Amino acid sequence: MPSDRSPEIGSTVSIQKQIFNTLLEKLKAQGYEVVGPHVENETLVYAPIQKLEDLPRGYVTEQEAGSFRLVYTGHTRYFDVIPGAQSWKQFLFPSHANLFTLKKTDGAWEMETPRPTAPAYAFIGVRGCELAAIQIQDNAFLRSDFTDPIYRVTREKAFILAVNCMHPAGTCFCASMGTGPRVQGDADLTLTELEDVFLLNVGSELGRNILAGLPFESASAFVLNAANRGLERATLQMGRNMDTSDLPDLILNNLDHPHWRAIGERCLSCANCTQVCPTCFCWDATDTLSLDGNQTRRERVWDSCFNPGYSYQAGGNTRPTIHSRYRQWMSHKLGTWKVQYGTFGCTGCGRCITWCPAAIDITVEVADLRKEIR
Amino acid sequence: MTHHKPSLAVYKFSSCDGCQLSILNMEDELLDIAGALDIAYFLEATRAERPGPYDIAIVEGSITTPHEAERIREIRRQSKVLIALGTCATSGGVQALRNFTDAKAYANTVYDHPEFLHYLDTATPIAEHVPVDMELWGCPVNKGQVLEVISALLNNRRPNLPAYSVCLECKRRGTICVLVDKGIPCIGPATQAGCGAICPANGRGCYGCFGPTRSTNLDSLTNILTKLERTPGETVRLFRGISGYAPAFRETADVLLKESK
Repeated sequence: MPSDRSPEIGSTVSIQKQIFNTLLEKLKAQGYEVVGPHVENETLVYAPIQKLEDLPRGYVTEQEAGSFRLVYTGHTRYFDVIPGAQSWKQFLFPSHANLFTLKKTDGAWEMETPRPTAPAYAFIGVRGCELAAIQIQDNAFLRSDFTDPIYRVTREKAFILAVNCMHPAGTCFCASMGTGPRVQGDADLTLTELEDVFLLNVGSELGRNILAGLPFESASAFVLNAANRGLERATLQMGRNMDTSDLPDLILNNLDHPHWRAIGERCLSCANCTQVCPTCFCWDATDTLSLDGNQTRRERVWDSCFNPGYSYQAGGNTRPTIHSRYRQWMSHKLGTWKVQYGTFGCTGCGRCITWCPAAIDITVEVADLRKEIR
Repeated sequence: MTHHKPSLAVYKFSSCDGCQLSILNMEDELLDIAGALDIAYFLEATRAERPGPYDIAIVEGSITTPHEAERIREIRRQSKVLIALGTCATSGGVQALRNFTDAKAYANTVYDHPEFLHYLDTATPIAEHVPVDMELWGCPVNKGQVLEVISALLNNRRPNLPAYSVCLECKRRGTICVLVDKGIPCIGPATQAGCGAICPANGRGCYGCFGPTRSTNLDSLTNILTKLERTPGETVRLFRGISGYAPAFRETADVLLKESK
């Protein structure tokens, strides 16, 4: 029987798919700006969504190294699309942010720091690899000794509805990195889509409140079994695999291996991998000075270790060659990140593989390096 | 203020005027510019001209006639700082397409009396004729970059101009990569940022009007693009576009042509 009580935290309930619209309405009524996967200009983006029908029902993504295609197959599932180039990073760590303005009046400089503001976002459809990526950026931006005020103001207010992945794409390897296909981290709600119902696992008081009063049923053993079987199947369907057993030593002990130069011959140094990576957090500060020299504005913008200006300092660029920049990036993701933060900087989402115009595949490069050393 | 305002001269050579227009288009900042600089020569803005020497000369266009080749030398003599403005001035521009063909044959086809024409066989950037202090690329230039350069000169600092590729501008504005997503040939990975990634944002590939980046891998990009060709020779035409006479793009197209023969 449908229930109008609130479910317990930790429990899993099932709802009819159309009821999801009520859930979205409740989020909006509570002041959330609801964003999720959406088809726009014939491709997949994260954008504001109003109703269930705004989700990419019937679409799948075909992803291979250097290639992404959004394909309509007409299936009836709303959450079957593996994400594209965009990630939740664009909301939590926006590509442009005003840091401060300096004004000179009567010979004295005055600093104006804008108070960071952001809407309360409800992220709909956060994958396991993406939730892991948010937690990795938390480690960088929400440290005990320092927090980034721009990141914090968005992150603390965000409502996260995560989604278990039933049909991974060709460049996915979250199973290797331990971040999916089953959502591992803390989400307010975690959704599993079956043919006729959504299962929702309640992860927080916020998630419990959103479900309160909605017609839900507790999930039967039958549907829970179906979900588990689907996730077990998904684990076996990963398009890529990364052996992490000898990382980070494999990389950190072989920084002078000729394989890096071989990668450098293909790498465009275009920075695409870092920009689509949901954990990459590098930024540059740019100043815009008025003509009279009495006012300057400092802005934070996304930067990349592949940019020639990134490692430029007095005397020149510390990483002047393309291969040295690729090595810096990969050895950070799979090597020094672990030393720095205790986890890898890679969640196995596969974006750097799909969105590299030169089709450089981090899983293949690691495997090749290992092969060449043996 | 006791110190004198630096004088500015803006010149046009073979070009469409679009880059000078980018200066005039700075409607919100134009009064500030006029306040900070003494506009001594800028025919597109005012008929009033004052003789040199000038503190700053901004030069639009490429050198395509014997007269222009003379005139740029005189302008250099009259200017403390000379800025080449736009892709015509920095690489020859679209009229440099003549450098890959026989200009005379075209002149004979187009004009009844080609003997009245006085032109050079090539269209060349300003820096091939006189020393240039700064180059600003773009077809047209980004007016924000023009303002940045003027501000830097006035405040005695280095201008803050991007050295990275158009790819970064696509990602910052949330544009999905047209090359990976749609298989559209795009030379954005090898092109200097500055335009704000206008073409990819409108579903087209970048055709490199801001010129090659300083650090790029054209061999690898060429391998990718030749596999995406929709018509034979598309990659050569892509590199031989508005910035086609820029050395990095020119050599890439030359190598491709040689290989295809």
